[in-house]
Amino acid sequence: MHDHISAHSQSLWSKAWTRLKRNRAAMASLTYLVLMVLACSFGPMLAPNSYSELFQSYTRVPASLSAYPRAEQIGPAIEATAARARLDLTGWQLQGDTVVIEVSARRAIDPRAVQYFDRSDLFADTRLQATDDTHATLTAQIERHWFFFGTDATGRDLFARTLIAGRVSLAIGVLAGLVAAVIGVFYGAIAGFAGGRTDQIMMRVVDVLYSLPFIFFVIMLVVFFGRNFLLMFVAVGAVLWLDMARIVRGQTLSLRRQEFVEAAEALGVSPFAILTRHIIPNLLGPVIVFLTLLVPNVIILESFLSYLGFGVQEPMSSWGILIAQGARAMPSANWMLAFPALFLISTLFALNFLGDGLRDALDPKDH
Amino acid sequence: MSILQDPPLIEVRNLSVHFATPEGDTQAVRDVSFAVHAGETVAIVGESGSGKSQSMMAAMGLLPGNARVTGEIAFKGRNLLTLPRRALRELRGAELAMIFQEPMTSLDPLYRIGDQLIEPIRRHSRLSAHDARARALEMLGLVRLPEPERMMRSYPHELSGGQRQRVMIAMALTNDPALLIADEPTTALDVTIQAEILALMADLQKRLGMGMVFISHDLNMVRHIADRVCVMRAGEVVEHGPVAQIFEAPQHPYTRALIDADPKGHKPPAPTNAPVLLHARDVTVTFGTAPHQVQAVRGLSLDLRAGETVGIVGESGSGKSTFARALLRLNQSEGEIRFDGVPISTLTRAQMRPYRAQMQVVFQDPFGALSPRMTAGQIVTEGLLVHRPDLTRAARDAMAAQALTEVQLNPEFRNRYIHEFSGGQRQRIAIARALILKPRLLVLDEPTSALDRMVQAQVVDLLRDLQARHQLTYLFISHDLAVVRAMADRVMVMKSGELVEEGPCAQVLHAPRAAYTKRLIAAAFDTQAMAPA
Repeated sequence: MHDHISAHSQSLWSKAWTRLKRNRAAMASLTYLVLMVLACSFGPMLAPNSYSELFQSYTRVPASLSAYPRAEQIGPAIEATAARARLDLTGWQLQGDTVVIEVSARRAIDPRAVQYFDRSDLFADTRLQATDDTHATLTAQIERHWFFFGTDATGRDLFARTLIAGRVSLAIGVLAGLVAAVIGVFYGAIAGFAGGRTDQIMMRVVDVLYSLPFIFFVIMLVVFFGRNFLLMFVAVGAVLWLDMARIVRGQTLSLRRQEFVEAAEALGVSPFAILTRHIIPNLLGPVIVFLTLLVPNVIILESFLSYLGFGVQEPMSSWGILIAQGARAMPSANWMLAFPALFLISTLFALNFLGDGLRDALDPKDH
Repeated sequence: MSILQDPPLIEVRNLSVHFATPEGDTQAVRDVSFAVHAGETVAIVGESGSGKSQSMMAAMGLLPGNARVTGEIAFKGRNLLTLPRRALRELRGAELAMIFQEPMTSLDPLYRIGDQLIEPIRRHSRLSAHDARARALEMLGLVRLPEPERMMRSYPHELSGGQRQRVMIAMALTNDPALLIADEPTTALDVTIQAEILALMADLQKRLGMGMVFISHDLNMVRHIADRVCVMRAGEVVEHGPVAQIFEAPQHPYTRALIDADPKGHKPPAPTNAPVLLHARDVTVTFGTAPHQVQAVRGLSLDLRAGETVGIVGESGSGKSTFARALLRLNQSEGEIRFDGVPISTLTRAQMRPYRAQMQVVFQDPFGALSPRMTAGQIVTEGLLVHRPDLTRAARDAMAAQALTEVQLNPEFRNRYIHEFSGGQRQRIAIARALILKPRLLVLDEPTSALDRMVQAQVVDLLRDLQARHQLTYLFISHDLAVVRAMADRVMVMKSGELVEEGPCAQVLHAPRAAYTKRLIAAAFDTQAMAPA
């Protein structure tokens, strides 16, 4: 015998991993996805603003790396706030982060007027110094806010919203994808392995489910069980497993005819053990590849459902919802579309690249 | 042979082929040189992986993208390796023609044979549609296909494997190529058809006076058609010379081993009074339902005595594997089957389980018969999980090591995955998996067919040795008469699901009664030029 075998043994999985590591596009995609998951998981906690906080003074402000308010916004804001507080503005001055405002009034100035300023998103910590009954000096700190991605029509920080939306989209994508994969793999493997009449009946059930209109099915689920986040996983997963079941069944039919399955039968191995020990491990390659292509599908489906109003509800958001809102605001506020769309597209792109790389890495013929 | 003074038609000089794989560079061909003259047949012989096909693929410019070729291949004075793609494409099909191994996939299933023949004729010549058709008909007649007119209108699926290979030869020859490259053109065909195709090719080569490169893994097969032989091993030419010299005075030990590679020896005869271990009467296997029913096995009977080996011989589709699977209760059958006196044909899956350990099977394909996701040790011990659930993991591991030692594999290899083993090693693992249960009956379904000739002989020796040591009873299925002769006490010859002839091995092989058996034996032993038995 020629002992040509290498010093250490490698399973097909570790071999596939070595091959994947050599695929630069796939590895870049994998890194990108990991960063995206980390950003979406922890980003909302670290973002300067909460995703649900409304900044009424800053509706639809464009994306910027420098802080708001801008110098030219301060004057009009002071005028508007003073008018609301029924004070006449006599002059104002900016000293660093502090603004000094001279006001007068026909009647005596109520010290509570400072609340009008504090309530604004621009000023904080306002103090009133009355020079006499009808004249006063207000000193206020300028509140600095950062909106890296701008704000939406109700003045919410789009940066925080994009990250929290990513959390929802990715979670639904991965969880519903896994639900679909688990149901699909077991259903398809059992149908393909049992064969004969069992197979016929099981696959006809799949055909019937295929012919149900998906949206009606989801509306029915929502009507029966009410609206909730978990239901999304179930609804999307319950529909997408059909594709998975068909793919797995086809693979199982061809695996079933492999001689190692027949050899196991000749050893007297029980059908369940053949299924779990021989069929399913050999199915995992195509299943993983299909899963990476399934996740983008789920994300898109969820966007569609959310758009119709069956998905997550405000103030929660998903990329699909943000894109829908951005599309409506497109002519005047293009950043509202650009950032969520960039996140969604780049994630789907990375997932597809990774799926491609995995298919190449897991293909046993490609040695 | 008489024209060696002419400049050679094709001359390969210092050809090397490297493949850049993710696992590193591998060299498939190293420094190979040979020449083919017009009117001459050169055979390139070597086992799988010896680089014999790669060297000719390089000439045709058909290597995959990760290949790097150095050296020179001069065809009529032009170096094919530096020729622009376009010029090479024009040479291919017109002056250089090729026939591949697999006749089932080389024809496009969507087009009629006639259209597939006429298209290349019109591309390479200025013939009118009518003349091209006449030429195509002439070619079909040349390769001796019956009813060429009807063949022209047929689709590939209506033809048998041998007929398709004839069409492929006709296709290759339509433009009067100067050089024909035949890459294992008969390997995928049945033995009787192999002989016909070989004779046809030898005849056409002489009549058309072209040069031919015949690539084969079987040295004995090329004896009658080659003028000169190149023996290749691990990418290198180890011996090169006229066919007579190669066979009568082989220089290299590897060549000698290849010539001698046929399994030798006989099985010591089994005692004739031994009890019948497996008894089968009128076994019939039917596939499909009413309108499309096919009877794969029609009323076959068998008595297999303990310690005996019965060989079942037949071409592909003769039902021999189906019969064996029916005896093992791996498919549904009618008729009576008794194992050790117990009627097993009516047992349920659970009732059958204790008998499974006693009747084991080894399959043909060493690549398909072992799960790629399991280690050798896991594969070998899988049967123990079912039949010896009392064993601990350590005990199973010890038994795996012992079983691997028994089939002459290093027991250290039991933690390795299957893709790290060669074909012969895999077949040994499959044998170990069957033997670990201490079976009494072992069904061997073409256990050597997918292996190289030299590895075949080793496996045959191993099987005979194991039989003697463990008093095993074998049911040995093969289409290869040389292997059957070395293994079997008795032989059954099958055709289309029926028994053609049955008898002691020596009698059937030396004095066959049925015409079909005679044809089978003539085809197998004539082309292989057996040493007198």
